[in-house]
Amino acid sequence: MDVPVSVKVPLAVKFWTRWCMKFLLCIIFALTYILPKTGIINPYIDMVLIYIGINIILTISLNLVNGYMGEFSVGHAGFMALGAYTASLLSVWVIPDSLNPYLFPFTVVIGGVIAGVFALIVAFPSFRTRGDYLAIVTLAFNMIIKSAIENIDGIGGPRGFMGMDKMTNLPWTFVWVCITIFLARNFIFSNLGRGVLSLREDETAAGLLSVNTRQVKVLTFVFSAFLAGIAGALYAHELQYIYPKGFTIAKSTDMLVMVYLGGIGSIGGSVMGAVVYTIVLEALRSILQFAGISQEWRQVFAPLMLIFLMIYRPKGIMGMREFPFLIPEAERFQKISLNPFSKKNRNRKKSEEVKS
Amino acid sequence: MQYYVQQILNALQVGSVYALIALGYTMVYGILTLINFAHGDIFMVSTYIAFFVSTLLLGLTHHLPPLFTFVATLLAAMAGTSLVAVLIERLAYKPLRTAPRISCVITALGVGLLLENFMVAFKPIGPDSRIIPALFESRNYSIAGVTFSTLQIMIILISGIAMVLLDLVVRKTMIGMAMRAISWDKFTVPLMGISVDTIISITFILGASVAAIGGTLYGMAYSIDPYMGIRIGWWAFISAVVGGIGNIRGAMLGGYILGFIEIFTPVFLPTSTYRDFVAFSLLLVLLIFKPTGILGKPAVQKV
Repeated sequence: MDVPVSVKVPLAVKFWTRWCMKFLLCIIFALTYILPKTGIINPYIDMVLIYIGINIILTISLNLVNGYMGEFSVGHAGFMALGAYTASLLSVWVIPDSLNPYLFPFTVVIGGVIAGVFALIVAFPSFRTRGDYLAIVTLAFNMIIKSAIENIDGIGGPRGFMGMDKMTNLPWTFVWVCITIFLARNFIFSNLGRGVLSLREDETAAGLLSVNTRQVKVLTFVFSAFLAGIAGALYAHELQYIYPKGFTIAKSTDMLVMVYLGGIGSIGGSVMGAVVYTIVLEALRSILQFAGISQEWRQVFAPLMLIFLMIYRPKGIMGMREFPFLIPEAERFQKISLNPFSKKNRNRKKSEEVKS
Repeated sequence: MQYYVQQILNALQVGSVYALIALGYTMVYGILTLINFAHGDIFMVSTYIAFFVSTLLLGLTHHLPPLFTFVATLLAAMAGTSLVAVLIERLAYKPLRTAPRISCVITALGVGLLLENFMVAFKPIGPDSRIIPALFESRNYSIAGVTFSTLQIMIILISGIAMVLLDLVVRKTMIGMAMRAISWDKFTVPLMGISVDTIISITFILGASVAAIGGTLYGMAYSIDPYMGIRIGWWAFISAVVGGIGNIRGAMLGGYILGFIEIFTPVFLPTSTYRDFVAFSLLLVLLIFKPTGILGKPAVQKV
């Protein structure tokens, strides 16, 4: 909805979002490059930070489908596996070792594209009906991918695949996280993105308002799978070892926990969910070790957290809200906000509900 | 020919277990429109209850008649599993009755994983696989080259009886009528003086008991471990969807179809590792061409 409106943006905000943000990003990027080299960040923290980055990408990816679109995918680990395997096969078999560091972005993007292509194949039939079908289809897809990889002996079968160089480092992760946030944010506040939001609220009404519901659904799903594939490619080049059992429904559940912890329909929430969840699980590792309890109890924690979240805080930390700096200026300072997240609109909705 | 008859017998044996579990999925879906993803793990819990009860009984004394130990194990497994299922329903699903349906499905996934991981982390159970001790002497018979055991016949027969009984309960009793009414219209039923919560609990009890029968029988024939609920649960779930989720006879039919797929995949394809691939592909293809399943009725979308 590109309404040509003239809005008065405060100077401080203009200064902040147009200059400081970019400057800040550059500084953080430099820091991600320098800190691990100087040893201020030890390899363990470095690894945790990279996992946080990968989890942020995954969470945003799943949030696009589950949060913004209101559909329900439980098989994103399948797309992640596709990205991971595609990128690994490329960098080990196709691209010569000397070129690997230069073509790494290319490898990662190809991983994402392959995941997206498969998402297209899955999406076309499954969006004819609404409701539980996407859940069932994506789940079946996840299982099929895992089972197929296990049965292809050339790529290691159930033993897994290794031989990738460790190319995912902190600067790369940071760059990909920024790209993901940028893409997702611009997607959501684009014309198409409004369509996605309207789908969640009421599909029939959205169709009546000339939203091409089918197209919007398929595109969002493919975009989401693309991001999951990128996360998978990064993950493969961080761990340097991938195996089909690592991409089961348990992995998908991890993503679900992060999405619902952070908050549905929010990019800022996705970031927070991924950060909090990864850190909590890592902290739990040392706590359990300290208390002398078996590490297997960590696996009990994640589903338990999911259940409690669903019952007591189904919208997560920042459900349906957004960090102000992620909202376009034209909307933040408008008299009548087009932004469904804005306080004014939420209050209006509430008063309408009270009336009816 | 003998080989195929033998395989058909095996398929019936596996298929009846799938059918028993699929019934739990389909009944809960019919009444709550909730895909109870935890049901496979409820089945897993039932096999462990059967394991501990049977070991306890056999450890106490060896002089009990085998029929008594078997029936006692079966009943204990049914009771214990029902208790677990009702607890899950009351604690995890009931608070979400008015929440969006998706929340409930995610909770169910979480409950399933919780059960699995809890069983693994819990020291007395652990990740090792076990075998339920033989509760009665299983003899092998051979007729015209086809070998079958007492256990195999018991599994097929007992499952068949359980399914017929369940079908009768749903079709002929007042409780069954209330269940069907709730799946028809959830909002009018309480006005008729029926306690919806009680009926939902009874549905969970029925589903869990049937799964426990399957679990006990399965545990006597194969080894059990905390992760078995994933594979068998998913297969049973596919059975329910293939037959038409929400349809009880469809679930039974789907169970046997999946049993045949499991047994006949290695016959026609090089290895048995393709069976998951075949089963889930069948699910995908079916959802594309007939999303309501074989016996399911299309739901009319109300605007």
